[in-house]
Amino acid sequence: MTYLLLRHRDIPDIGKLEVYRQHGGFEAFKKAVTTMKPQEVIDVVKASGLRGRGGAGFPTGVKWSFVPNTIWPHYVVANADESEPGTFKDREIMESNPFQFLEGVAIAAYAVQANTAYIYLRGEFWQIAAHLDQKIAEMEQAGLLGDKLFGTDYSLRIYTHLGAGAYICGEETALLESIEGKRGQPRIRPPFPAVYGLYGKPTVVNNVETLTNVPLIIEKGADWYKSLGTADSAGVKIFSLSGHVNKPGNYELPFGTTFRQLIYEYGGGVTDGRPVKAIMAAGASSAVIVADDKALDTPMDYASVKTLGADLGSASVIVINDSVSMDWVINKTIHFFKHESCGKCTPCRDGTYWMAHLIERIEQGEDVEANAKLLHTVARQMQGKCLCPLGEFSTMAVTTAIERFPQDFRG
Amino acid sequence: MLAEKYPNEVKKIMAKYPPERKQSAVMPLLHLAQLEKGFVDRHDMREIADLCGITETDVAEIVGFYTLYHDKPEGKLRIQVCTDIACSLRGADQFLAQLCERLGIRPGETTPDGLVTVEAVTCLAACNKAPMFQVQGPHGISYHENMTVDKTIEFIEAARKEVKS
Repeated sequence: MTYLLLRHRDIPDIGKLEVYRQHGGFEAFKKAVTTMKPQEVIDVVKASGLRGRGGAGFPTGVKWSFVPNTIWPHYVVANADESEPGTFKDREIMESNPFQFLEGVAIAAYAVQANTAYIYLRGEFWQIAAHLDQKIAEMEQAGLLGDKLFGTDYSLRIYTHLGAGAYICGEETALLESIEGKRGQPRIRPPFPAVYGLYGKPTVVNNVETLTNVPLIIEKGADWYKSLGTADSAGVKIFSLSGHVNKPGNYELPFGTTFRQLIYEYGGGVTDGRPVKAIMAAGASSAVIVADDKALDTPMDYASVKTLGADLGSASVIVINDSVSMDWVINKTIHFFKHESCGKCTPCRDGTYWMAHLIERIEQGEDVEANAKLLHTVARQMQGKCLCPLGEFSTMAVTTAIERFPQDFRG
Repeated sequence: MLAEKYPNEVKKIMAKYPPERKQSAVMPLLHLAQLEKGFVDRHDMREIADLCGITETDVAEIVGFYTLYHDKPEGKLRIQVCTDIACSLRGADQFLAQLCERLGIRPGETTPDGLVTVEAVTCLAACNKAPMFQVQGPHGISYHENMTVDKTIEFIEAARKEVKS
């Protein structure tokens, strides 16, 4: 197969500007700016069926179309906060195929007529930010960023902005607060960023992988893109495979590939040849999937994974074999969310605190069944009451592990 | 003073944001301020507050909220081992325990010579390359992946020599 996103695996030097341009790089941006109206760009992306790759799966073109033309200026922000346990795909794109991502940022900015775009990287991506700064400087020198691009009146500048270690900043309104120089705490929505975003102005926030698809869609058209993947989920996806597999890594595959194919054909099977016990398809935020034959043969697309009582999210597939007890798994996820809760809303701040206490009691073998029941109740009480998805996600593995693996919560 | 020590960097940072939105520069300025000594003190925070047009309390709030900022001195190098779920399934917990044992410290502690602090941290987006850690130090942040305890000790010894020379 030919890689569409992880193109450096076919063309190792694609991270060099001249090589990227030799392979058609920045032709899509030029085409958009010189021959298409902004609305036409939005329409093509809408028609392609591209959905957000950061986890929520919201249609990208629809998101862009919400930006009002009555309030100015507009901003585009690339979400490169990549912090979900089990996710490491955006990193590979930015490290090895940076120009395709940057071209995607540029096209998105043109589509909503933003003259400034920010790339928000998690603080740990210090070296990647320096790498992107250099690539941006090369684009400026080549006349691909700056004033009057391609002889038109359109101008664009792209800047990186480093976070400093906070999972919550992957949530788009917390991310915007963070760029504004504040604590990364989510805003109450609505209003959504498309109307009230960075500095209170209309802002499009898109994930790195989402934006990296955009140049191809402009170049090859919506119909071509739609022909990849499934009816519900167009295009290709990078699956980050980790945990108990022999070959963990990023796998770019069409939507609709099954869990079994990912784990056994691509991932080289399960560590120590043991059976798969559970799958977390959306990292630590996942409902836990019981890895029976039905689940293993389920196609990985947004709609099909839902039938298993779970979500595909950012497609960070953590494989857990039968050597692990599920109380250990939720001990890890609960402590993660307790640490990362921003403290703004009570259900999440106090809920994760109490879940941590209860799982510690369970780990110490203290009245296991009763404490598991109480833990389940606390998690259920949190659901639907948190300000942002972090609080909701903190409960997903807890409730589903206790419901679907009751044998692991007996004294 | 930051503005005297890193005039070009400060200028570059301030230019990223609209002139009336100087507060946005607080995070990059903090990264710059703690680069050399590994933490920020009240003088740094006051200067950054002035540069950004905010109060010292606003800056302290940011330092307190984000885990990569520190307000007290620790080891020259902070070795931050990911022990989240995906890395743990590949032996990160044992790696951390064995590393600490070899160094004679507990997680969160600093070696007696003040060179290394070892900490457990949450996901660093390197789940396929566990055991792994990042090092926060005078050169910013770097990743060290597919690590063993022996390789880590070698890395620490090399850093020790560099500091001495």
